[in-house]
Amino acid sequence: MSVSAPSRPAATRGGAGPSRRRRVSGSQNRTGWAFALPFVIVFSIFMMIPLVSSFLMSFTDITSRDTDNVFGVNVIGFEHYASLFNNPQFLRSMLNTAYFVVIGIPLTLGVGLALAVALNSGISRFRTAFRVGFYVPVVTSIVAVAVVWRFILQDDGLINSALALVGIDGPNWLHDPAWSMPAMILLAVWRNAGTVMIICLAGLQSVPSEVLEAGMVDGASAWTRFTRIVMPIMRPTLLLAAILLSVGYLQFFDEPFVMTQGGPLGSTLSVTYFTFNQFGFGNYGLASAASYVLFVAIALLSLIQFRVFRSKD
Amino acid sequence: MSAPTLSPVSAGVGHRARSSRIARAVVYTVLVIAVLITLLPFVWMLLGSFKDQGEILRDPRGWLPQNPTLDNYARWFTDLNIGHFFLNSVVVAIFTVLGNIIFCSMVGYALAKMNFTGKKTLLALVLVTLMVPHVVTFVPLFVLVSNLGMSNSYYALILPFLTAPIGVFLMRQFIGEIPDSLIEAARIDGASEARIFLRIILPLLGPPLATLGILTFLSSWNNFLWPLVAAQTEDRYTLPVALALYSQGENATDYGLLLAGSVLVIAPIVLFFIFLQRFFLQSVASVGIK
Repeated sequence: MSVSAPSRPAATRGGAGPSRRRRVSGSQNRTGWAFALPFVIVFSIFMMIPLVSSFLMSFTDITSRDTDNVFGVNVIGFEHYASLFNNPQFLRSMLNTAYFVVIGIPLTLGVGLALAVALNSGISRFRTAFRVGFYVPVVTSIVAVAVVWRFILQDDGLINSALALVGIDGPNWLHDPAWSMPAMILLAVWRNAGTVMIICLAGLQSVPSEVLEAGMVDGASAWTRFTRIVMPIMRPTLLLAAILLSVGYLQFFDEPFVMTQGGPLGSTLSVTYFTFNQFGFGNYGLASAASYVLFVAIALLSLIQFRVFRSKD
Repeated sequence: MSAPTLSPVSAGVGHRARSSRIARAVVYTVLVIAVLITLLPFVWMLLGSFKDQGEILRDPRGWLPQNPTLDNYARWFTDLNIGHFFLNSVVVAIFTVLGNIIFCSMVGYALAKMNFTGKKTLLALVLVTLMVPHVVTFVPLFVLVSNLGMSNSYYALILPFLTAPIGVFLMRQFIGEIPDSLIEAARIDGASEARIFLRIILPLLGPPLATLGILTFLSSWNNFLWPLVAAQTEDRYTLPVALALYSQGENATDYGLLLAGSVLVIAPIVLFFIFLQRFFLQSVASVGIK
């Protein structure tokens, strides 16, 4: 019974059934809104207003010089969006972001899940130490680890000296357009696998040991037990991890800002970095349009992930 | 690797036990290698922070410092005023954590256990904005903050993060699990909602509030894009902003200095984590289950 509990979509818990139309009294309204008020104020001013203004700004030619006088701004329709999709730099940043997400997320999920399965395989000693160890990079500032990795990834740095031990002549990671993005992905996997591991460890608790034992008695191999019993139960857990990761991965910015400034040759320019640069140039309208394209991409990717992971419900 | 040496003890044990012992050895080997890969960059960072500039340039692959020095740290505290950046990060994080704990649990209670007009709309807005990335809002937020006369102030760094939709969502889920009967009983006894919230709800919310506090603290301490945009003069820099900007200017190749800076940014949060690791790991797991 407890097996399927965590996999229930959260939404079913929230809806209090088909609305029982009870009249809400005035005092109930007052108390309810009084409790909601601080949140509603902060949320309206710092989330809803910017969210809507960003959308509106993306259809105008607003720049840094217009911020005092919004009436000097002209509505230009979809011009920014049209120009973005003809802007090789923006297209490159979309491609780079897609690269980072499409390769980075499955890799992170894979490594995190593998660590969780290894930790859950019946070993008893040092379990906590391992969990803490794998989780340490997650709590650290990306900026700080990016500074460290900038040195580690140098041509004569630590990673290449480790590769040299097994006879591989490592590339000049951050100065080679072909290897700069793999380097970013490597850093992302290293930093985020711990999150996936913890989420998956919680998910693995819901795999019933009786079913696994039954599979063992029936002679199913470890691999079959993993793919046929564990994986289907882990589906919602992986969905959650994938969504959590993708929101972060789609807006990656700190790593290239510190390690490459978007280079070499634009090979690590992300959409967020592009937006940040346009903001820096004062092109607020164009920056808003670029950020909304990313927003739509995040929404679409979440939908796709729901489809992929829910397909066998 | 192919022929692991078995102790004589295992000679009498059945094949099954032997293979499981080998499997366990393989698992441990893999885990130890993986944890080394995970932690070695930190070790290298720490050791490098005690080296002088010449030594890192001469031997960028070296580990142990030959002439350990505290110069790199001394420069952060004297020339670069890291104490001030540290204080900024702490102040921002404390207010952000307090704001989220108080305001998110209040609205979470209203959304979970009260009836009021517009409740469903509010909840829908919270759910829709769960995934709004900062990059979408930072440009108008910057314009707004300037027009409110708050640019380059602590207000600009703190106010936008005082609440977060994810916090509201979590608190609503946790409070929803508190039995209604408890609240109904208090209501019948004539307790006000404020009293119920303070005396019944909050005392039951210990672990969830710790979860929210830890997650909020982490994201505040490591937040980068908005502080980078909002803090325009050095006296408002938070630690990550200061470190990132110093890593680009004239100090870009000052390895020892930058490694020491990274240690100073990373160490407090890692110590905090190791000290409270049980709560940290439970927080992440509990968010996973929600």
